[in-house]
Amino acid sequence: MDALPELLQTAQAAITGAGDLAALDQTRIHYLGKKGVLTERLKELGKLPPDERRQAGQGINEVKQALETALAARKMALEALALDVRLAGEAIDVTLPGRGQRPGGYHPVSRTLARIEALFARIGFTVAEGPEVEDDFRNFEALNIPPHHPARAMHDTFYFDAHTLLRTHTSPVQIRVMERQPPPVRVIAPGRVYRCDSDVTHSPMFHQVEGLLVDEEVSFADLKGVLDDFLRNFFERDLAVRFRPSYFPFTEPSAEVDIQCVICGGAGCRVCKHTGWLEVLGCGMVHPAVFEKVGIDSERYTGYAFGMGVERLTMLRYGVNDLRLFFDNDLRFLRQFQ
Amino acid sequence: MKVSEQWLRDWVNPGVSSAELAAQLTMAGLEVDRVEPAAPPFEKVVVGRVIQLTQHPDADRLRVATVDIGQAEPLQIVCGAPNVAVGMCAPTAVIGAVLPGGLTIKKSKLRGVESQGMLCSAKELGLAESSDGLLPLPVDSRPGQSVRELLALDDAIIEIELTPNRGDCLGMEGIAREVAALNRCAFQPLAVSEVPATLDDRFPVTLTDSADCPRYVGRVIRDVNPAAETPLWMKERLRRAGIRSLGPLVDVTNYVMLELGQPMHAFDLGRLTGGIDVRRARPGDQLELLNGVVIEPDADTLLITDHHGPLALAGIMGGEISSCTDATRDVFLESAFFSPASIAGRARRYGLQTDSSYRFERGVDPQLQRRAAERATQLLIDMAGGQAGPIIEAVSLEQLPAEPAIRLRPGRLRKLLGMEIPATQVEDILRRLGMAVSIEMTHWLVVPPSRRFDITLEADLIEEVIRVYGYGRAPSNRPLTRLEMPPQPEGQVNLERFREALVQRGFQEVITYSFVDPVFQQRLDPERQPLALANPISADLAVMRTRLWPGLLKALIYNQKRQQSRIRLFEHGLNFIPEGGALRQEAYIGGVITGAALPEQWGIPARAADFFDLKADVEALLALTGELEAFTFVADAHPALHPGQCARIDRGGEPVGWLGTLHPQVARELDVEGDAFVFELQWAGVQSAWLPVFGELSRFPASRRDLAIVVDECVTVQAVQEVIRQHGSDLLREVWLFDVYRGRGIAEGKKSLAFGLNLQDFSRNLTDYMVEEAVSGILAGLAEQFGATLRI
Repeated sequence: MDALPELLQTAQAAITGAGDLAALDQTRIHYLGKKGVLTERLKELGKLPPDERRQAGQGINEVKQALETALAARKMALEALALDVRLAGEAIDVTLPGRGQRPGGYHPVSRTLARIEALFARIGFTVAEGPEVEDDFRNFEALNIPPHHPARAMHDTFYFDAHTLLRTHTSPVQIRVMERQPPPVRVIAPGRVYRCDSDVTHSPMFHQVEGLLVDEEVSFADLKGVLDDFLRNFFERDLAVRFRPSYFPFTEPSAEVDIQCVICGGAGCRVCKHTGWLEVLGCGMVHPAVFEKVGIDSERYTGYAFGMGVERLTMLRYGVNDLRLFFDNDLRFLRQFQ
Repeated sequence: MKVSEQWLRDWVNPGVSSAELAAQLTMAGLEVDRVEPAAPPFEKVVVGRVIQLTQHPDADRLRVATVDIGQAEPLQIVCGAPNVAVGMCAPTAVIGAVLPGGLTIKKSKLRGVESQGMLCSAKELGLAESSDGLLPLPVDSRPGQSVRELLALDDAIIEIELTPNRGDCLGMEGIAREVAALNRCAFQPLAVSEVPATLDDRFPVTLTDSADCPRYVGRVIRDVNPAAETPLWMKERLRRAGIRSLGPLVDVTNYVMLELGQPMHAFDLGRLTGGIDVRRARPGDQLELLNGVVIEPDADTLLITDHHGPLALAGIMGGEISSCTDATRDVFLESAFFSPASIAGRARRYGLQTDSSYRFERGVDPQLQRRAAERATQLLIDMAGGQAGPIIEAVSLEQLPAEPAIRLRPGRLRKLLGMEIPATQVEDILRRLGMAVSIEMTHWLVVPPSRRFDITLEADLIEEVIRVYGYGRAPSNRPLTRLEMPPQPEGQVNLERFREALVQRGFQEVITYSFVDPVFQQRLDPERQPLALANPISADLAVMRTRLWPGLLKALIYNQKRQQSRIRLFEHGLNFIPEGGALRQEAYIGGVITGAALPEQWGIPARAADFFDLKADVEALLALTGELEAFTFVADAHPALHPGQCARIDRGGEPVGWLGTLHPQVARELDVEGDAFVFELQWAGVQSAWLPVFGELSRFPASRRDLAIVVDECVTVQAVQEVIRQHGSDLLREVWLFDVYRGRGIAEGKKSLAFGLNLQDFSRNLTDYMVEEAVSGILAGLAEQFGATLRI
């Protein structure tokens, strides 16, 4: 029978030498199993005289504990090794594309509309809507454009009958809002508008965003401020912006707003017709005749209104060069704006 | 309005460059569209006088001219122009001349005869689109003088796009006045003196409809020389304004229109009978216009008539019967004020937009007629001789436009503009624009000139002030405002979430026209009569859509034709639904899919999309309301959809949408490739949302049971699920379908449905007995309702 120290040494060597969990288990059984070497020794303790029993028992137990520790450590090491091996076999090509549906996208006009709405919402404008089949009164007369007014010639109008038409601008929403809501008013009205005109630079349907603010102390200088801010934020550039006198029957004073050409930076190019400027907006102070039509006291209240073409802003923002692309709905075009 | 810079500067000549001048006009609201040279560049073209002409020996059409160009030796030039004549002066391009387009003149031989230059037409010099001979120059021109210099061609044409309110700038005088005001320089109106009458001839004028024509000035001029030539300077000014020279009578009327803004007309006096009456059209009136068109004018159309009948469409176009001819010697000159309301819209209606109607619609100065008549008389007599009768003026003073005195308050100016403009500048600006300004205690009293139809209110005056003062000088203020929080109704889903969900599920948004092809509309919604446009832009965009499908399918087909096979599109927008004489304009959201269920990829077998793929998309949308279970899909019929694959979507018993397979017949007729699946939801019907209410969570474990039953093929899953819920006792938390099976082991006409059940209690652990009891209750219910059996 080996002395305990030798036994411990041999057993530790066997544990370290166990190449896998099964071999390790065999080693465990060999020493610590029911009929294991160490177990047998413990059984034989009874044969020793009582005064030696205690000391011998302690010695065997120390060896047993040492073996158990060694077995546990070796087991952990073998398990870690086994996991490494398994994981190595489970490697995948992480560059394979993900499975399932892939997202679609928004129409570029929607994208611009959302952008415009977000910018104005930040300064308290709410969105107002109105019908697209509109009456002559709100599309024209209430906006100070009586029948036969020369300004009507600039609006090639789609009619259904003498009084019903497709709105030619989003301005009638101004009227609808003021009819139902006393000042202060602060709205934008995005939507589809229609003109009976179709060529390279005209679409029979397009989008506008109208803005209207009516309150007690609203001035032309405020109008300039809000549009200066809007245009610079929309294009995310410190653009030159200029206000130029113009004419709309429903505003007085009226202005067209030009920005420094975003294509050439003002140096002159085909897009800006070599003027360095791009016309992007019409605006003005609400005409007293419009206030009168909706029963708002123009002595007490003043207001401003503006209107912008969404397709035009989209074209300038993203460099789209053909208006007709917006309504062809060619997926190759639309997917560029995801 | 095309403005010759030279002509303008003859009138008022501020010390600014051409470019600055154009910029000034634009920034004052007279938008300059373009500035172009009055003539393209050319050089070494001089006045040549033809002193001798012989036939070309070898060419019938050519002649050989001897041309004096002011040098010792005349030139020999071969010429093919029909109007070449001895004694005439014509532009002569000498050797080395460069003509527009880059043609360089060299010594050459034409059919064997030497030619030392070229006699030119207006076209060859870039002064006209077409020419039928040499450009005749005044016979007293000095041979050798540069033609550019003679015709003063170093000029720019400024094209101004005038807004409809600025009728006063449709004459050179008006533009000159603006330029003077902008540059604060002196302005002199055109000096026009009376032409004394040398005849007694009058021609009576009556104003039957004097509200439409409150002033009519006429004048008889006799013995005009019809063969007289319009002087070159006038021809050039007309040309630069885009008007062709048509002989002295017409040229004079056009010239005065350009100069002063007063459209005029010359009648052949010999073809007038009795007297002039200005009146509205009557039944039976008929008029052959100068352009040969015969019209029967409407009752609201103003006519110039004589005792025989209509002579002209007042302010729009003259009639053939009374027009001047090459032989006309005696004329009756008309210079009238027609009210804008009496002309507006008529020209357009008859398809006759003329320089005259364009001006009258916008407003011609009602004080201008006599001055214009005098000016025209003078020019005509200077050019073509003749004797003038006295001015005949019919006027209804009280019907002339009023000249209101408008109050302008400094406080209002400040309030509207948000800035201060010194009073002296305000007054100066208004006066330079021709307004009479008087200073009252608290305000100014301003009377605008009669030509400014656009100024009737205080706001109009404020615009004038800031327009001239400069929009750019107004400050740019950030708004100060009262903040008010708008309501944010939580009981409504934001449309944005629907759109976002569709995008995430692979749909591409499209925007299609609201007017659609009537054929598509009819196929896709035959039960509704769509609203038709009175003036569609084309036959395939003629009716207003009542569904989103026509546009969606058009877009689908467009892309199928461009090799796209897997397409998922959605759109939101209004449908226009006529109903009982009224029109419902309602927002809808709809979509279409075709092709593979998923993009082509590894790891998932390719499969064509079907009804249930789209149904999942629709359910995902409806789930955004928080109460998907409130919606039911009811088998129904729609003429555009497959009869066996068509669901009406109801909410609380009200229809809110459709989902289905496009009817194969309809697909074929519309040229849709393959199967397409469509849906449409009425926004108002789906947008209301469930406001969440908290429910207690159970602390006890849940128990799952699976239940596979066999029912008749015609039994719907929805009905089975309802019965399961009904009989599921309080313990049933959840029920879901996880399999549908037909085939081996299941009888013909039957199907097996497998459901997962989740049972749970709030106060105790479930025992097997309690679960068994609940399940057998469900089975009994199913057996009773559908004769369902448990699948073994």
